[in-house]
Amino acid sequence: MDLSFSNEELAFRDEVRAFFKEAVPPATRRRMQEGRHLEKDDLVQWQRILNAKGWAVTHWPKEYGGTGWTPVQHYIFNEEMQLAPAPAPLPFGVSMVGPVIYTFGNEEQKKYFLPRIANLDDWWCQGFSEPGSGSDLASLKTTAKRKGDVYVVNGQKTWTTLAQHADWIFCLVRTDPTVKKQSGISFLLIDMKSRGITVRPIITIEGGHEVNEVFFDDVEVPVTNLVGEENRGWDYAKFLLGNERVGIARVGVSKERIRRIKELASSVKSGGRPIIDDPRFREKLTSVEIELKALELTQLRVVAAEGRHGKGKPDPASSILKIKGSEIQQATTELMLEVIGPFAAPYDPGENDGSNELEDWTTQIAPSYFNNRKVSIYGGSNEIQRNIIAKAVLGL
Amino acid sequence: MDFDLSEEQRLLKESIDGLLGDTYDFEQRQKHRSANGGWSRSVWSKLAEQGLLGLPFAEADGGFGAGAVETMIVMESLGRALVVEPYLATVVLGGGFLRRGGSEAQRKKYLPGLIDGSQTFAFAQLEKDSRYDLADVTTTAKKKDGGWVIDGEKFVVLNGDTADTLIVTARTSGGQRDRGGIGVFLVPAKANGVHVKGYPTQDGLRAADITFSNVEIDGDGAIGNPEDSIALIERVVDDARAAICAEAVGLMEESLKTTVEYIKERKQFGVPIGTFQALQHRASDMFVAVEQGRSMAMYATMALDFDDARERALAVAAAKVQIGKSARFVGQQSIQLHGGVGMTDEFKIGHYFKRLTMIENQFGDTDYHLQRISAQGGLLND
Repeated sequence: MDLSFSNEELAFRDEVRAFFKEAVPPATRRRMQEGRHLEKDDLVQWQRILNAKGWAVTHWPKEYGGTGWTPVQHYIFNEEMQLAPAPAPLPFGVSMVGPVIYTFGNEEQKKYFLPRIANLDDWWCQGFSEPGSGSDLASLKTTAKRKGDVYVVNGQKTWTTLAQHADWIFCLVRTDPTVKKQSGISFLLIDMKSRGITVRPIITIEGGHEVNEVFFDDVEVPVTNLVGEENRGWDYAKFLLGNERVGIARVGVSKERIRRIKELASSVKSGGRPIIDDPRFREKLTSVEIELKALELTQLRVVAAEGRHGKGKPDPASSILKIKGSEIQQATTELMLEVIGPFAAPYDPGENDGSNELEDWTTQIAPSYFNNRKVSIYGGSNEIQRNIIAKAVLGL
Repeated sequence: MDFDLSEEQRLLKESIDGLLGDTYDFEQRQKHRSANGGWSRSVWSKLAEQGLLGLPFAEADGGFGAGAVETMIVMESLGRALVVEPYLATVVLGGGFLRRGGSEAQRKKYLPGLIDGSQTFAFAQLEKDSRYDLADVTTTAKKKDGGWVIDGEKFVVLNGDTADTLIVTARTSGGQRDRGGIGVFLVPAKANGVHVKGYPTQDGLRAADITFSNVEIDGDGAIGNPEDSIALIERVVDDARAAICAEAVGLMEESLKTTVEYIKERKQFGVPIGTFQALQHRASDMFVAVEQGRSMAMYATMALDFDDARERALAVAAAKVQIGKSARFVGQQSIQLHGGVGMTDEFKIGHYFKRLTMIENQFGDTDYHLQRISAQGGLLND
């Protein structure tokens, strides 16, 4: 047992750290540090910088542009990216549809889509959730009926993140309504420019526009855009959801936020003294730091186990990473809110259309707290994670 | 980076689990407890025969030269079986002072008996008002005729009524809470002026309150520098903290296992109560608490080898906080999920709960360690 990084791993960390220090565009870095929403250009520009470096799709197989790194190297890369802070690559292409395409897609699909994902030439969004299908995803109702060389798609997707920028959407659609709900689902790639698609924004409680509803009204999709076999889409979806479970702990994000809490709490005063000197506040912060340290080690244990047993079925223990990771992210936004106190109130309507009337970034503290309530809901709510542990780990 | 046990460590784990599997189910444990002195000499001999009492000592001292991970493995197994024999008091604490601070002559004199199981030890540190502050010492050690005279009172000394040798913290100079002027002394339990009042503890172990009145010991009875041993005390107590964190992991693991087995079997309304989501989620939260605790117990174990004493202390304190929280949650919920039978003395789960509860208050409780880390500016400082 040895918890320290090897010399090679330390050298790798230095290399990655130096790159992130140098390569992240200053405007993007600032927006991240201040907890603001990123613009489309931030992500596109950054993805292309990563792609030029050969680090756009690090975890893909080498033949499609991956790096062949060990799990520990991937861990270091993600950690440093979050600490920098640098934007994570848009997950919908790189982490979601990309692996589905190279695993289950045909040669034409691989050849066309994979390089475009790596360079963010195509902006992808995810068409899984529907108004009636949240945690019970397989109950989805959007239909695709085969008519000659096309599928005709009708229905509605929701919570579609950043669909307003999207060129493509990957969708789960029902192709056979007569069989068990999991058995009649297919995985379709749909061009967002197709006739019959309407995107309607959903404004979330903090005032931001991250998610959308996407409506499909007799949308014709070429049958060549089917991934794998018809009616096997549920298998591909499970594969997709099982990937990248480890990154969900977002330890680096929380570390970076704790750094900012300490910075802010050293300048905001109460009774003539910085908040950081208030023993009650400090102990709350320390509690979160300890939880985070424990989570970091738990995550390293999952990473090390993956290195040992190889990738495959995701470790059900990784549900811990989702539960604790989201709780800690929420706790850090809560502490930030406590530090700023009465100055949490000013609201900057310009934040969401780019006109920014109020320059002070502290106007982002309350929105960030509001917005982070989502992290215990998305990606399989924390209650679903508890079901997974109960069933898969404890055998209940 | 590697969280796996080495082949040798795996064998060690198998060997201790095998031994305890044969000699230490819950009924046997209750019998060992009621033996003369509160623990079983025959189990202790078996631990000695398997070399478990000699693990952390240098080969030159008759030990096996094992590291912190080996102690973690042993303590976890002892926790799982709820073992009452004085491993913590004798090997971790007593042995810790001897191997980290003892002179060659002291090691030669004491370690063979410790390793072969014929001699046990106890650490007499707590005083009436010292609480968790290791530097709060009023017991005195005064020089006399080339030896020392010890005077004072120590409380809740684990294994204090059966130990052959007491390891006593005492002040040679300075005020009650000064960090300087504290020594560590080897006092034979049978020495004149040592008065031992033994009693059982809430968690099924034995402890004692001990009065030292004009106790004269030889000049070679001080471990390390009698004028300045606080760093040694902190070091060995950190060993003990990491050890009880590992013990707690074993206790929690067994508590969770027992609880899950119980809710799978216990039927109400015609179905096993483990099919109820409210209980499933509670059990899942217990699992999360155990694993977070395990991660930090591993961290504390690794930290015992850190070069920087401050980093080591911070890591061990953080582990103690996490273990304290996890232990309280897992302990309480184990009882809750067992329902009424969890309240009975006959069922084993309550005994695990009680040991977990006492560990929380041993060598600094959750709030104490949280304050220590806070006062240092927190855990993440890079």
